[in-house]
Amino acid sequence: MEEPPLGYPTRLLEPGVTYAKATEDIASIPLRRIRSGWWWLAFATALFLLSFLMIAVSWLFIRGVGVWGINIPVAWGFAIVNFVWWIGIGHAGTLISAILLLLAQPWRNSINRLSEAMTIFAVLCAAMFPLLHLGRPWVFYFLLPYPDTMGLWPQFRSPLVWDAFAVGTYFTVSLLYWYIGLVPDFATLRDRETSPGMQRFYGIFALGWRGSAVHWERHQTAYRLLAGLATPLVLSVHSVVSLDFAVGLLPGWHSTIFPPYFVAGAIFSGFAMVLTLMLPLRSIFKLHDLITPHHLNNMACVMFVSGLMVGYGYFMETLMGLTSADPFEYANTIARLWGSWAPIFWAVILCNVLIPQVLWSRRVRTNEWMLFWVSIVINLGMWLERVMIVVCSLAKDFIPSSWGSYWPTAWDWATLIGSGGLFLTLFLLFIRLAPAIAISDVKELIAEKHHAP
Amino acid sequence: MAQIFPRAYNTLAPAVLVGASVLLGLLGVCVYAVFWSPYMTHVQVPITQPVPFSHQHHVGGLGIDCRYCHTGVETESFAGMPPTHTCMTCHSQLWTEAPVLAQVRQSLTSGAPIGWNRVHNVPDFVYFNHSIHVSKGVGCVSCHGRVDQMPLMWKAQSLYMKWCLDCHRHPETAIRDLKQVFDPGSPNPSREDAGERMQEYQVRPARFLLDCSNCHR
Repeated sequence: MEEPPLGYPTRLLEPGVTYAKATEDIASIPLRRIRSGWWWLAFATALFLLSFLMIAVSWLFIRGVGVWGINIPVAWGFAIVNFVWWIGIGHAGTLISAILLLLAQPWRNSINRLSEAMTIFAVLCAAMFPLLHLGRPWVFYFLLPYPDTMGLWPQFRSPLVWDAFAVGTYFTVSLLYWYIGLVPDFATLRDRETSPGMQRFYGIFALGWRGSAVHWERHQTAYRLLAGLATPLVLSVHSVVSLDFAVGLLPGWHSTIFPPYFVAGAIFSGFAMVLTLMLPLRSIFKLHDLITPHHLNNMACVMFVSGLMVGYGYFMETLMGLTSADPFEYANTIARLWGSWAPIFWAVILCNVLIPQVLWSRRVRTNEWMLFWVSIVINLGMWLERVMIVVCSLAKDFIPSSWGSYWPTAWDWATLIGSGGLFLTLFLLFIRLAPAIAISDVKELIAEKHHAP
Repeated sequence: MAQIFPRAYNTLAPAVLVGASVLLGLLGVCVYAVFWSPYMTHVQVPITQPVPFSHQHHVGGLGIDCRYCHTGVETESFAGMPPTHTCMTCHSQLWTEAPVLAQVRQSLTSGAPIGWNRVHNVPDFVYFNHSIHVSKGVGCVSCHGRVDQMPLMWKAQSLYMKWCLDCHRHPETAIRDLKQVFDPGSPNPSREDAGERMQEYQVRPARFLLDCSNCHR
């Protein structure tokens, strides 16, 4: 078989996709016309993993953060690692839906919904971790400026407070953006749904959408405005997260490259997670007509390029450490290169720099299985990178007498695995309740194709 | 296709959205009001005591100095509660048969102190020292109110951290002439000579008074 040509606009949709077929293909998933054993199996697994989180968090609330492996000097353990990892994953959604919308990239239309949903659930998982890490999670509202009885504002000079605002803003804007995109699709589901209860359910969320020209005009205005608002957030959120580290004086943290390096890492891991989720979904629900090799190729390219930037970040960090003439920076770099942290460092290099080099090949970029495994490796590598950043610098700071080590406990692992369970549960519920691909956006593509000169 | 929702929902839907936001706002106002109400602060709520000791009578009427009973106030963190013997300096001669003082006599005989109910209590994680406040010119009345007008003791201030900080941010509002510190009716200090007085009493500028470790040690 001849390899299909890649490139706009030939293969954004497979030939034969009509308005009716697109609606039917997408809407049949939430409308329960496809009975998938895979979905139930996945959902059962997700619930099982979620139970880990429930148990681990309950125990944490009973006994306190001492059940984790954290101690002085490594007071930031898995909780912060997982926070940074999840919030990084949450970046691809807004990048795909907002920035690519403003850049008029039509290939985003089949994948934006799914990645936005991923963003929202990833940010939820991320936001959970700093709160659990507080030790007294019930007073989390101390982070917010409100007229309290203490006469105190939050410490606005602390990046940890900026974090609360950055993540909160990002979540709010992403949720609104996602919902506004969903309104016309909820109306489609409302009109095609047969059970009265679900009709009302979708009807409430469709906000009385009738598809009139006025509706569309306002919808497009709101959508583009929110895209404009969301765009700077893609850059700001992970920059602020990186400042949690860069503002600290520890060797390995106190570095000006952190904000761009973190943003590139976030996009890298975000795209990896989109691929990890999308590839199985595409197979199970047979969405090959809508998510074509063209999409896989484009996503792989973005992932690859951001991965190269991350590689540049590693290179610069190491170079700066070795040439900084700061004995502590130097010692930290040596500890990573061939000292006690070498296994983690080289695993990170392997996962995030060396293995992704296979993406030079277009054959790999359009091969489902290869791409899936590369994306899994990148997810793992980016998680390890956060372990490296958080743990290594804390464990060995300036005075050898204050050095320490860090080993996660079973509760650390249970919380990490459980957060994956929470993410999967929400995600699987989402694809059963809402269209996982934006029906209206795909139809826009079909219309453009028909009216193309 | 049949309509899913009746016509009234056109009005109901925005009403619910607006109503929910208003309710949420009102809830916030209510929580705020409850936290500053006497229900939470106990301000101006008289506390019953085993012996109905009246500051109004002893301080306002008789003019007994605060330090006559609260002896530690100038030198210690705790102002001190008087032992029964202090009561008996007068009441061994006056009202010796009064039924209301039966518990005082009983305490003297048995040696067990009278179990007064606490009126002002700061949490254990707060380090508060009476002596420093008194010797820098903070009057009793600044925190305890017009004790000379209280038949039974009550809190005049919330003792919330915000209240502590209000004064630590603007110490000039409470620092008076040292001669007036124990005057239960002394008026609020004037702001005109506040700077001079603060310098004389070596009160440190507000930024030093706001260190966390001043109170949370």
